[in-house]
Amino acid sequence: MSWLTQTLTSSIGKKLVMALTGLFLCSFLLVHMSGNLQLFKNDNGLAFNVYAVFMTTNPLVKTISYGLYAFILLHAFEGLYLAAQNRKARGNQRYVVYNGKANSSWFSRNMAILGTVLLVFIVVHMSNFWFEYKFGYVPYTQYEQSLATGEVTSTPFEGEIKGKMEEFVREESQTRVVIVKDLYRSVMEGFKNPLLVLFYVIAMFAVSFHLVHGFQSAFQTLGINHPKYNPLLNFLGAGVFGIIIPVGFALMPLYFFFKSM
Amino acid sequence: MSAGDMNLTLKVWRQKNKKTEGKIETYQVAGISPDMSFLEMFDVLNEQLISEGKEPIAFDHDCREGICGMCSMYINGRPHGPKGGITTCQLHMRSFNDGDTIVVEPWRAQAFPVIKDLVVDRTAFDRIQAAGGFISVNTGNAQDANSIPISKEDADEAFAAAACIGCGACVAACKNASAMLFVSAKVSQFALLPQGQPERKMRVERMVAQMDEEGFGSCTNTGACSAECPKEISLEHIARLNREYLGAKLTSQGV
Repeated sequence: MSWLTQTLTSSIGKKLVMALTGLFLCSFLLVHMSGNLQLFKNDNGLAFNVYAVFMTTNPLVKTISYGLYAFILLHAFEGLYLAAQNRKARGNQRYVVYNGKANSSWFSRNMAILGTVLLVFIVVHMSNFWFEYKFGYVPYTQYEQSLATGEVTSTPFEGEIKGKMEEFVREESQTRVVIVKDLYRSVMEGFKNPLLVLFYVIAMFAVSFHLVHGFQSAFQTLGINHPKYNPLLNFLGAGVFGIIIPVGFALMPLYFFFKSM
Repeated sequence: MSAGDMNLTLKVWRQKNKKTEGKIETYQVAGISPDMSFLEMFDVLNEQLISEGKEPIAFDHDCREGICGMCSMYINGRPHGPKGGITTCQLHMRSFNDGDTIVVEPWRAQAFPVIKDLVVDRTAFDRIQAAGGFISVNTGNAQDANSIPISKEDADEAFAAAACIGCGACVAACKNASAMLFVSAKVSQFALLPQGQPERKMRVERMVAQMDEEGFGSCTNTGACSAECPKEISLEHIARLNREYLGAKLTSQGV
């Protein structure tokens, strides 16, 4: 075994892989969150749909997205493998009485369960939107935006266009016309289902608990535990990844659900 | 030993040897003084068992003053019992109430097989130490202490790490039976001091390799080890171990 494989398959090396892939997935959440905030824009989904086209056609974004899928799988399966190995390290005879809450938090002890919930969520989430957008049927919508006031009107578009989007300016009426695959509508329709909304909200609790422990744990694994930086890392872990990110994501299905009522 | 008035129900793990299956047995002890240590209470129970013609309970103990690292009881779901920063021998019966039921088990880890009752085989720790937890020096007269300046911070930190008595409570507490806190303390105490520098990279590489070989789990940073450690070894040492290991792997001559 070369020194590199030997390092990456040692107990600390496996944790390093978990930490680095985990932090990459955290950075993805920031991008995903900031992009999806456009769902809240009051333009019938124009900005969001244009963004969706960019995210699925830009070669750099596409390359990174394949890396992302690989890292999700690596993080998930290495995590499950580690959980099984760690369970084995306890031995066949378990404790008769085990008082874990006396010395550690529930979520820190159940990262594998939380992670499994998240893996199921990712599969459901991707089949809801990503798969539909890429391989399913998503109708087109024609947007007309006044260049003077920025006001947007939208109508379903029945014809055929090349690719996912067509954009031009109509000189005579001074409007920007965008014909685009309407992912926004799929999102709106999807979140009319209360069970799906409930599942998304529960999954965001799992995100919160997983990251409150996972974010700072990743830095500990990287060897970063220092009084100068711990306050910042604790704020990012608990505040940003534990509260702001999952609450922001949970608001999206809730927003569409209550809007449809 | 002064008689007291505590009556307790003890549920204790009994196991004949490594090969047999063990089980929990229930015993009653009466007249326990709150001033007794937990091990003295076990002495009373063992006297009682001997007078009844039964096999006394085997348990590890030596100095009974919290520094040898021999005692190792998993009491009511926690290593060394309900109090923080002490070993089982420093735990007193005043930490319990009259009429309590107390469950006592051995450390549980694949790498710490039960030898008998509450005694486990902790030679895995010895093998980790032998793999690199030492410094090689040609002995002779000790040189003048002032010739190697060491900052107070480093001296304190190294001393805090060296306080580890190798009892194994970290492994017992960890849900993964990970030995990271133990190994991190042993690596840190040398990594922080000039005497530890010549073998610094080799030490951490070998000790971690041995730790993995023994079948300990990997660290998930739950912090249970540090919370239960009788010497309150800090998690910062685990961060240092990670730094030392990854740094050594990237830069050592060992290919």
